[in-house]
Parts: sequence; structure tokens; C-alpha cells
Amino acid sequence: MRYRAGMDKETARAPHDLGGVSKFMCDAVDTEPHALTDFDKQVDALRGILGAKQVMSVDELRRGIESIPEADYHRLSYYRRWIRSITDNLLRKGVITEAELRAALEVS
Amino acid sequence: MSLLETDGERLLTALLGLLARKGLVSDAELQERIAITDKASPGQGARMVAKAWTDPDYRSAMLTDGSKAAEAIGIPMRGMPPLGVLENTPALHNLVVCTLCSCYPRAVLGYPPFWYKSAAFRARAVRDPRGMLAEEWKTVIPDDVALRVVDSTADYRWMVLPLRPAGTDGWTPDQLAAIVREGDMIGVTVPHV
Amino acid sequence: MTFLPGDAIRVKDDWPESRGPVHIRTPHYVRGVAGHVKKYLGDFPNPEDLAFGRPALRVPLYHVAFDRTAIWPEHPAKDTLLVEIFEHWLEAA
Repeated sequence: MRYRAGMDKETARAPHDLGGVSKFMCDAVDTEPHALTDFDKQVDALRGILGAKQVMSVDELRRGIESIPEADYHRLSYYRRWIRSITDNLLRKGVITEAELRAALEVS
Repeated sequence: MSLLETDGERLLTALLGLLARKGLVSDAELQERIAITDKASPGQGARMVAKAWTDPDYRSAMLTDGSKAAEAIGIPMRGMPPLGVLENTPALHNLVVCTLCSCYPRAVLGYPPFWYKSAAFRARAVRDPRGMLAEEWKTVIPDDVALRVVDSTADYRWMVLPLRPAGTDGWTPDQLAAIVREGDMIGVTVPHV
Repeated sequence: MTFLPGDAIRVKDDWPESRGPVHIRTPHYVRGVAGHVKKYLGDFPNPEDLAFGRPALRVPLYHVAFDRTAIWPEHPAKDTLLVEIFEHWLEAA
């Protein structure tokens, strides 16, 4: 699908590519400070450690986030997008298996 | 329901348990990492700004190589992305955004604010920065000042070196740093006394 | 490094998103838009490959300036955008 004159760039873009996107232009910016929760900080730290140990890069994190379906992308909080991407990447790379994860989820 | 759709808190707990058992990520490492990250805050960037305002050589150094300038005042930059510094002038106001995700100069400013990561900010900052700044932050950029929006799309992380406000003659760096806020170094606000 | 500060360029009017899973750091709003190179920022590993765990060649990265009116004609002419763009997304204009 080559971009043709008159074709809407907003239609051709990927869902996370938000610069200037019309449907958000009238949305208020919530400028209140929202403190990070323990969950947020742990996810952030987990990503940093996985990066430092070269298990998963920040680029791979972004790719995983960008693959989240559009509705979920906007519904999920920032760090919930991260944990979903981290899980996706660790499964894809075979660092963990689906069976292991299911078992771990049943216990928690 | 796919595994990936599991509630995030449950995923985190399960992952941390699994990764600990595999010897990949320990709880001690996690806590240490959190403690290190918590040390970075906008106060660090504010110190750089205050020094630049009072020391022309440091200002030049900061504009030439932001990472080196940060290290020069004790901010650890090893392994961090390169830091770029955008200088505001009487003719130019800079605004930083990451429209694709949330790239932010964390090493010198700490965690990005909630609003910086929001769809509204990421969409509006590039297309209607003046309207957004006025409406959301009461920041009015005069017509005779050019506004430049810097979209952090690759390896650099950007911070703004704001203009020193009037009424601060003779102030010490500590006094100056105290009036430099997080938003001033992203470009949504300007420092004032 | 192909481009020098001041060079007039156009961002390629390409949409890899339409051909399969990709990770692109060139925002949609500058595709096909003319601007000029402000500064060479150095060579960095191509994130398009890093994102998929593939070996990544180092590619020149530039800071490229655009007039806002070239992208969104409805807003003031004085204002500009500065975007980091990898060399393979740029062509001489």
C-alpha cells in the first residue's frame, strides 16, 4: 500500500505513532502529578535489569508495546503496557515458557 | 484469553517469581535498581541549569556535550543515552516530546511525568504547541518568539536550558536551582521568581 | 555520512507498516515532507533491527528541521519541528 496523494497519513500510521493525530487534538492533558506506584517502579526496574543483562533491549520493549492492539494500547496504563511487552518478549525469546508462566500464574 | 491479556499485577508477580527461580533477577537486584533510579530527580537538571546561568564556560560545555556536562557535576551518565541540551533564547522557545513513546532525559530529570507519556500530550505537542501550552499550563509564548518542538525519536534524550528570568541578579546557584522546575526543562513552563 | 548541515532533504514517502511487523522511528507526520538537515548526531545501531533482535548496522542519525506549515498548514509559520531521523529515511531534495 503505497501512500498516494490524498491518502490519509493518519490511516496509514501505526497506532502508537501519535504526533498530531486528529482524534486526540481536543483531549485535555492531565497535568496533575501522579506518583508512581510500587507496581510501576518494579516494572520499570525489571526492564532496566533485563536491559543491563542484555536479556531484552529497550527497542524490543518498544516493539512489544507497539504490537498491542490499538484499543488495548489506549486502555492499558503505561506500565501495564510495559509488563505485557516484557512478558511477550520473554516468551518469544524462550527465556520463559508458556507452561512455566501458566504454572506461576496459578500459584499467585 | 491469551496469556498476554492477564492482569498486569499478576503478570509481574508471576514473572518476578519465575525469574528469581531461574537466577535471572533477584529481589535484591530489583530493590537496588529502584533505589538507584529514585536518586535521579529534576533537581539534578536544575543544578545544571543554574550552573549554566552563572558560568558561561559551563553553558558552552552543556550545549556542546550534555552528557559530559552532567558528569562534570556528578550525575552518573555511564550506559545512559547521549544527552542533548536545547537552549531557549529571547527569540526561540523549545518544547520536548516523544510522540512515539516516552523517551525522556531520565538520567538528569528522573522518571517522566504522567502527562508527558499521555496520548493527548504526544498528539498535541507537535501540532498545536502554543494552544496546548496556553490551555494546559497557562504558558503563553509571544508571537515574536519562534517555537520549536523537538520530537525525541531516536538515541538522544533532550532537555531544555530555559532562559534565566529577570529579578535574579546576584543569586547563588542554589537559589537559582530552586526556581527551576521539571516543566521548565521540558518546555511546558518557563522559570520565574 | 551523506548529508551536511543545511542540506535540503525529503523524508521518504514509505510505509513499511503496511508490509508486515516493523519498528519504525520516523514519525508518520514527516513521511514525504521536505526539510533540511540541522546537524549530524552520530552513528547508531538501526533500531528497526534491534527491535527484532537482529544484528543491527550503525546508521548515521541526523537532526532534521521542518517548518510546521509543511506538515500542518493551519498553524504559525514561525514554528518549526526538529526530529531525529536515520539516513536511510532521507533523500536529497
